[in-house]
Amino acid sequence: MKNTMKPLARFEKMYASDRHLWRLIIMIITWMIFIAITRFSKFYTVLNFQTMASQFPEFGLMSLGVMLCMITGGIDLSVVGVANFTSILMAFLLLNLTNAAGGLPGYAIPLVFALGILVGAAAGIFNGILVSKFHIPPILATMGSGELFTGLCLALTKGNAVSKFSRDYSHTINNKIASIVPVQLVIFVIMALIIWFLLSRTVFGTKLYMLGTSATAAKFSGLKNDRLLIKTYMMSGICAALGGLIMLANYNSARADYGTVYTLQCVLIVVLGGVNPIGGKGKISGVVLSIILLRMLETGFNRFPSISSYYISLIWGGVLIIVMVMNYFTENSTRFVKRQMQKQ
Amino acid sequence: MAECLLKAVDIYKSFVGVQALKNVSFEIHPGEIHCLAGENGSGKSTLIKIISGVYSPDSGYMEFGGKNYEKITPIDAIQSGIQVIYQDFSIFPNLTVMENLAFNSELADRRKFVNWKRMRQIATEAIAKINFEVDLDALVGSLTVAEKQMIAISRALMFNTKLIIMDEPTTSLTKREVGNLFNIILKLKERGIAILFVSHKLNEVFEISEQFTILRSGELVATGNTSDLDSNKFSYYMTGREFQKKTFIPQHVSEEPIFQAKGIGMQGAFQDVSFDLRKGEIIGITGLLDSGRTELALSMFGIRPIDVGTFLVNGKEVKLSNPQVAMGNKIGYVPEDRLSEGLFLTQSIADNIVISEIDSLANKIGVLDHMSRSAEIERWVKELAIGTPNPDNACQTLSGGNQQRVVLAKWLALNLDILILNGPTVGVDIGSKHDIHEILQKLAEKGLALLIISDDLPEVLENCSRILVMKSGRIVADLDAAQTDEKTILSYMM
Repeated sequence: MKNTMKPLARFEKMYASDRHLWRLIIMIITWMIFIAITRFSKFYTVLNFQTMASQFPEFGLMSLGVMLCMITGGIDLSVVGVANFTSILMAFLLLNLTNAAGGLPGYAIPLVFALGILVGAAAGIFNGILVSKFHIPPILATMGSGELFTGLCLALTKGNAVSKFSRDYSHTINNKIASIVPVQLVIFVIMALIIWFLLSRTVFGTKLYMLGTSATAAKFSGLKNDRLLIKTYMMSGICAALGGLIMLANYNSARADYGTVYTLQCVLIVVLGGVNPIGGKGKISGVVLSIILLRMLETGFNRFPSISSYYISLIWGGVLIIVMVMNYFTENSTRFVKRQMQKQ
Repeated sequence: MAECLLKAVDIYKSFVGVQALKNVSFEIHPGEIHCLAGENGSGKSTLIKIISGVYSPDSGYMEFGGKNYEKITPIDAIQSGIQVIYQDFSIFPNLTVMENLAFNSELADRRKFVNWKRMRQIATEAIAKINFEVDLDALVGSLTVAEKQMIAISRALMFNTKLIIMDEPTTSLTKREVGNLFNIILKLKERGIAILFVSHKLNEVFEISEQFTILRSGELVATGNTSDLDSNKFSYYMTGREFQKKTFIPQHVSEEPIFQAKGIGMQGAFQDVSFDLRKGEIIGITGLLDSGRTELALSMFGIRPIDVGTFLVNGKEVKLSNPQVAMGNKIGYVPEDRLSEGLFLTQSIADNIVISEIDSLANKIGVLDHMSRSAEIERWVKELAIGTPNPDNACQTLSGGNQQRVVLAKWLALNLDILILNGPTVGVDIGSKHDIHEILQKLAEKGLALLIISDDLPEVLENCSRILVMKSGRIVADLDAAQTDEKTILSYMM
């Protein structure tokens, strides 16, 4: 095709190729322009962007896990439970490692991350077994295991916060690489890249989408459904554990009820990001954009002192519903166009 | 035949540049059994929808009961006595039989309160009309397909019905149930109700209909008395192609059997089944729906493992406990239900082709090699002539015949020795059916061992050299295809 297409037509084609993604981009740009006009000096600062980038990985990582599960047609509602369980266990470990001078031995942080990932993986495998071997619907299995992990957290801490471990951990994770890029962001980006690679470049990714489309056809095609599901929930567990480790650093403590609002937020983000709750469809780019959009909305609203933070839930619910309604209209508008064409 | 019940004259209809119907005219008389035949995409469904008022024609008109309609609305259609029974029957699976039957009249009478006694009475009367017996309190979802169909028919008869349109009513019925349905159709005819029977199955058209109309690519190619039709003409009208029937004679059959079943059995499904399969031959297994043939097929692919007996591959005993083991022994399985078991409909044709061999298209750590993936896809699209402009399109955009080729490609890509096909051409139109048979015969010539499980007797007779007949879970006959015929096989089946 020659390059004679009008710019507008070319944009329309680009837009049509992935409506969902483009709509999220347009929403982010619109919001950025609005903030630029109304609260430029309070929003567009390096510090503000750094703060956002150090906060969103907490629930951003959990959302990545939920996304993977949703692609298989399931869901993971235990992410917050797994995150808190991991962070409390690791907080205890850090307490033990903290020496008299209030410092940490050099191996402490790598050890915490390695063990944290193992805990997350184990919790995920547990979910995976419930879903695949015992055929418990994912929504129930993970809701149950989420409660189980939270219960374990409460039993371990009696509901108190675990803190007073060395501040070195928190300082290291809150560091900025080259004094610009927050470490939390780096962890998120690495995990997002790994998952992107898994989904789009590997056999595992293809099988995941196929399994999400039809578990029966997957079985008849010789896929090992059980093993695939266990791997998926394990990945989700690892993502949640990393989210927990970041929460541990951001709050410099661990408690059984940190981040309880994240469970539903993650589901909102993933659906907003264009992942089909029935399974088989969804891209990481959409989920990452929707994470960014929600973080920007929340931070942006915080720049208006007259809007109380109590309204945040209201705004998020509103955004989700607006996007769903927009989806409905775009789908129906194409149907409408087709009808018009039929009439001709 | 003076009086016409329904007359359609010069109907034209197009969708987005595709001419779905071109100058179609035909008539139905009271009490007539009229068969509407045509391949997929020939315009049958469009024509039904125009008659029942779902679509309006671009030009042309209809005459119903002496009245002229340029356009008929669904309500006009029902009031004029037209009832359509679609393939999915449009019933509520989570309601009881009684509720399903009485629901419409309750709504029509604008009743606000439920009168259970009245509903029971309405429902009892409705099923009595066709002498159908069923528990009125049973959930419709728990009934068999045939019973659901009877309910749909009873419901259609509750109105002042003059014409019942049945859209491929025999698709998922067993032979016995088809016989039952035909008896009811004949009874309806006696009462002066006309039936428009949509089908693409040759034997049904001959068995039940008096008049026929055949569409091809939206055009009416023939209409008239069924007695003037024969099977060659029928195939020709349907496809526009002439087919020579040739029975497959295997050329290079190996000495040693590659696959053997010895006294295998599965609780409640089949017992004491034994057979040998050699490279280069095609064996047929046939039987009624409840004969255990499907369970036998599933056991050979490891989906439902056997309880007793042994399988041997190349003379070695194997335990087929799951599909991976079966595939490891070079066994492939083309499932009965293409739409739910064979394909990932919303995913691309490309991924559907490579999904089973995908591990071999990647390096050690599972990273896909895109070059060999697209080479493989290109190869199979070409080799099996899968009709698609772009293999990245979703699989659901393909016709039944092309979808079945995708399923075949998926297995052939694995370089198998043994291919088990359960109903290889169910829901596939005549032209594609012929092509698929040709593909299967070529595969056998190349040395594959094939096992076709099918209740389509002409299919089994044409392609297989040996035919095993199953009845109530046992093999009751082992027939040489060259020395048997449909009647003999049927006598063993029943």
